[in-house]
Formats: sequence, structure tokens, C-alpha cells
Amino acid sequence: MTDFSMTPAHSRQQTRWGKIALRWLLYLILGVFAVYYLMPLFVMVTTSLKSLEEIRTGNLVALPRDVTLDAWKTAWSGACTGIQCDGVRPYFWNSVLIAVPAVAISTLLGALNGYVVAHWRFRGANVIFALMLFGCFIPFQVVLLPMARLLGLMGIAGTIPGLIFVHVIYGLGFTTLFFRNYYVTIPAELTKAAKVDGAGFLRIFWSIFLPLSLPIIVVTVIWQFTQIWNDFLFGVSFSQAGTQPITVALNNIVNSTTGVKEYNVDMAAAIIAALPTLLVYVVAGKYFIRGLTAGSVKG
Amino acid sequence: MAPILDIKNLTKNYGSVEILKDINVAIDQGDFLVLVGPSGCGKSTLLNCIAGLEPISGGSLHIGGQDMTDVSPKDRDIAMVFQSYALYPTMSVAKNITFGMKVRGVDAATQASKLATVAKQLQIEKLLDRRPGQLSGGQRQRVAMGRALVRDPKLFLFDEPLSNLDAKLRVEMRTEIKELHQRLGASMVYVTHDQIEAMTLATKIVVMKGGVIQQVGTPSEIYNRPANLFVADFMGNPAMNLIPAKARSDAAGTRIEIARRDSAPIVLTDSQNRNLPEDVVLGVRPEDIAEPGARAAANAQEADCLVDIVEPAGADTYVVMQLGGKHVTARLHAETDATPGKAQRLAFDLGKVSYFAPDTGQRLN
Repeated sequence: MTDFSMTPAHSRQQTRWGKIALRWLLYLILGVFAVYYLMPLFVMVTTSLKSLEEIRTGNLVALPRDVTLDAWKTAWSGACTGIQCDGVRPYFWNSVLIAVPAVAISTLLGALNGYVVAHWRFRGANVIFALMLFGCFIPFQVVLLPMARLLGLMGIAGTIPGLIFVHVIYGLGFTTLFFRNYYVTIPAELTKAAKVDGAGFLRIFWSIFLPLSLPIIVVTVIWQFTQIWNDFLFGVSFSQAGTQPITVALNNIVNSTTGVKEYNVDMAAAIIAALPTLLVYVVAGKYFIRGLTAGSVKG
Repeated sequence: MAPILDIKNLTKNYGSVEILKDINVAIDQGDFLVLVGPSGCGKSTLLNCIAGLEPISGGSLHIGGQDMTDVSPKDRDIAMVFQSYALYPTMSVAKNITFGMKVRGVDAATQASKLATVAKQLQIEKLLDRRPGQLSGGQRQRVAMGRALVRDPKLFLFDEPLSNLDAKLRVEMRTEIKELHQRLGASMVYVTHDQIEAMTLATKIVVMKGGVIQQVGTPSEIYNRPANLFVADFMGNPAMNLIPAKARSDAAGTRIEIARRDSAPIVLTDSQNRNLPEDVVLGVRPEDIAEPGARAAANAQEADCLVDIVEPAGADTYVVMQLGGKHVTARLHAETDATPGKAQRLAFDLGKVSYFAPDTGQRLN
């Protein structure tokens, strides 16, 4: 209820205090959620820095008494996955060799597809685009058997190129959708002007569309890298000893230890496995914001 | 010499919808052709067909004497200025202008000299390093023109290039385009929905409606002898007065009877035997109804009319009356003493009058 007897100055002061209180309440809620979400990461980092002895005797959330990087060294180059004890290092590089080309190829093909669907309409373009969209909704598990057969026929089963192929195919629906939705906002007159100027299909793509695409390239790269780096199912299904990605190796380390469970090594390995995606978000996130603001100044 | 642009029996369909029906237009070197009509009349589609950006469904199209019906846009030797200017947003002004030459493999020295010439011509030398996003509407317009000029094509195409500018700038740029046309002696095709732009720029006007050409002619032909009611109504501002009337023709001339609200009909006598049917629509431009003796008239006929509304417009004063059940506008002197509710003696100039058939809308004289 409004108190009509209050002077205007009085009520203005009261609303000011009300605003400050609301703001603090907001910060409090945000702070609580931040702590809640950061808690697991905190436990992971502290545990990885403790010795096995300290883990056994100490508190789960306590800070390490003696900071040691032994667990990280073991995780990187000494932990056992089954019979091999090379740590996650070789698998980390496998993941890099899979993710980098797969992200690059699927992004480039998605850009080309999106460009065609948005600006070079042909008979049946809508049907093809709808089919590609449909591809986004097919669960991983459904394609496992046909894909295994296809990889076998192509002779790349169990190899890194095989995994790149799988990820490119599966990512194409998403990357095409991203680029198509971005490119339909670019006016058709731009393509027409370039055609009259004498530019062809690839020239227009390269000189006019790609330079405009930074924001959507960043979005697509973040999405694809996260998907491909974190993938476990394709990695475990289509790899063999020596070509497994880091997600599979992490699983093997955690599940195949005998005797005492080395929580510190498991935690360190898990953080190593998660670092590249974290890095992509931190680095590309900046370009993402920059790309968005650059794109908003339309010609 | 062969016409620079020759369109024969051109048709354009989207599926079963006919967008353009049997278009026939030809222009000579140095002509300024304006395609004008209300939105959706197919004028922009026709321009896109000329550019080769839309395939045509039937007929033929020649540019500079060569058959261009199935030739791709880049080989038609044309340049185009778009409504949204369509400047390449990530390139500087200089790169925007030279992009076409770069694509065609013109050497760097020629590119630079042509760029300098065009930049000087359009007074955009200081803008060459800027991005399109940093330019004002008028500047973007100039850059778009520069991109077309630098190509030195057989045919320039303009797709409503002034419609995104404010009123004052539009008039300035209109004059500049006209001056450019006169200086270059280039052939141009220009699409607009603004009939004033059409009148001021064109050497030849095509009026379109619903994908059909209504009339082709010089601005004066279109203005003074509109082919049908649509053209009469569309061209000119204020629009031509179209007054239902009764006509009787004999050897002595033609008697025209126009109904009035409160008194006996006005009777005007056209000295020529026009052979008109009984029911006609009389088309009179506002400037052909004036005070007696105000303008030199070929065949002035005077009558008293009851004034409803007086609209001073600075240079002239428009007076609105009701004749034949329609609002009729007359264009009087700025200092006229016409007052609403009072009768005003007016002279109708029958020398420039048009007659239309009410049912078909076609011109009768």
C-alpha cells in the first residue's frame, strides 16, 4: 500500500534504499549459485593437488596441506589404462588430431552448405535443407551400426581419419543450420551486385560472405569443438588401441585401476581432459562478443 | 543503328503466376528509360530480367545488338545500382568500387586511375578508405553509383536508387543523376514508383501495372496524352481530374455536359467533332482549370463553380470543387480570392483535354 502522507523526498529516498537492497539480494542469489556450481571444480582441483595419504585421512573439501603435482605427472604420462601405463598424453594428442580437422572441415562445409541453401536456391533446396535438419535430431545410437559398416567398407574403421569422418558427417546438420540462419539475414542484393560485378559462386563466398562470418564461425567452432572433444560414444565404438580419444582413455583410467583407487590421479586426468574445451570458451568467447558487435554495424 | 536494348515478347512466370506479360520495349543509345508503376507491377522483376539476375520464361532480349537472352549477368556489359546500395560491408569504399575490375583481372594501374577518375567525378575522394557502415545514406548512394560508373558499361540499370534517401537529398541526387546522364551520354534503365522522378529524368517512360505495359512514350506524351485511365490517374501530382460526363458530337463540335451538385449542369463545347459515345470520362489536368485569362489556352470555356476547399501551396493555390460527383482540383494563382462556399468563375482549357471510355478505360481521342 502507498502511504499518501509521505513527502515526495521521503518516498524517493525509500525507493533508493529499496533499489540498493534489491541489488544486494540479486548479488547474493548469484553468489550462492556460483558457489554451488564451482564446488565440484573446487573439490577436483584440491583433490588433484593432494597426496593419496592426505585424501585418505583428510576432509573432502579441505585445502591441501602439502601441495604436490605428482598426481598430475602420473595422470599425464604414467597412469595405467588397462595394461599400458603411458598416462593420458597419447590419447590427448589423438583427440587433438581428431577434433581439429573435424571442426575445421565441418565448419567449412557447413558454411558452404549454408551459403548455397540461403543464396543459391535450386529446385529441391528446401527438401535437402529439411533432411539435413532432420539429421540433427537423429540420436547417436541409431547411426552406430550403419556407420560401423560404412567405415569398414571405406577401409578406415578404427583409424583417426575414420573418426574425423564420423564427426564431420554428424556435425554437418548443425553447422549447415547455423550458417544458413546467419546467411539468410544477408541481403540478396549483395549477391546480385557481386554477380553483376562479374564474381562467381566461390568468389562471392570467399570475398563477401566469409569476411562477414566471424561471429557465426566462432559460434560454430565452439559448438563443434565441445561436441567432438567431449564425445565418448563414437570414440569408444569406432576406435581401437592406439587411436582412442581422451574421453575413452579417461574412462579406462578411472575404471581399470586395481588396488587403491587413486582419486588424485583421476581428478587430474579429468581436468586435463576438460581443459581444451575450457580454453576454447575463454579464448573464443572474447572473439564471439567482438564478432557480435562488429556484425551489428551493418553496411 | 541497332537499339542498345531491345526486348521482344518477354514473359516471366513464377510457377503458374504470370509476373510479366508480353513486354516489348526498345531504347536507343543515350536514352534514359524509366519503368514506373505501383508496387508489385513487375517493374523491378523486368529490371532483374534485363540484368540476367532472373531467367526469363519467354521472348528475347538484346543488348547492344547481341542476343543476351541466356547470357549470365557478368557477360552482359551492364552495371547496376540497387535500392539498398548493396555495398560490400567488409570492404573499403575504394575496394567496393574496384571489386568488379579485380574480379575481371584488370591490372592495378588501370584500377587506380579509373578509381581516381570516378572518385573525383562523384566527389568521394575523401571517403575511399572508409567502410560502408561509416557513411551516410547520400554517401553510400554515391559509392554505389561509383561502382557502376567505373565499369563504363553499355547499359546502366537503376533499381529505385533514391527511395532510401530523405526528401531533400532525393531531389539533389535526382538532379545529379540527370546531369550525369547528360554528361556521359550513357544509356540507362531506371525503375521507380515515383512519377515525379519518372517525369524529370526520363527520355522515355514505360508505365506498368500488373505485369502489363500500359503506355510507352516520352514524358510529354505520357503526361498530355495518357493512354488510359490508369496512366492518367498515376502520372501527375495532383492527379488528373477524371470527371464523368455526357457527350454529344456533331459536325459543329462536341457538347460536354457535367453534372453539378446544386445547379444546372455545366455545358462545355469542344470545337472538334470527336465522335464520342454518350458516356465519357473527361480528363483535365488541374493546371488546365484556372481563372479566366490566367493562362494562354487553346480553347477556354468558362463556368461558375462552387468552391468546397481552398488549399494554398505556396506557388499556387489549389481549389477543390465537386463536379460530376467527383472531387475536381483546379490550380489557381497564389493570390486568388476564391473562398470556400462561394462560386468562382473558372476557365476550362479544352485544347488539352482527354476523353476515356468509362467501361474499358481506354483513351478515345
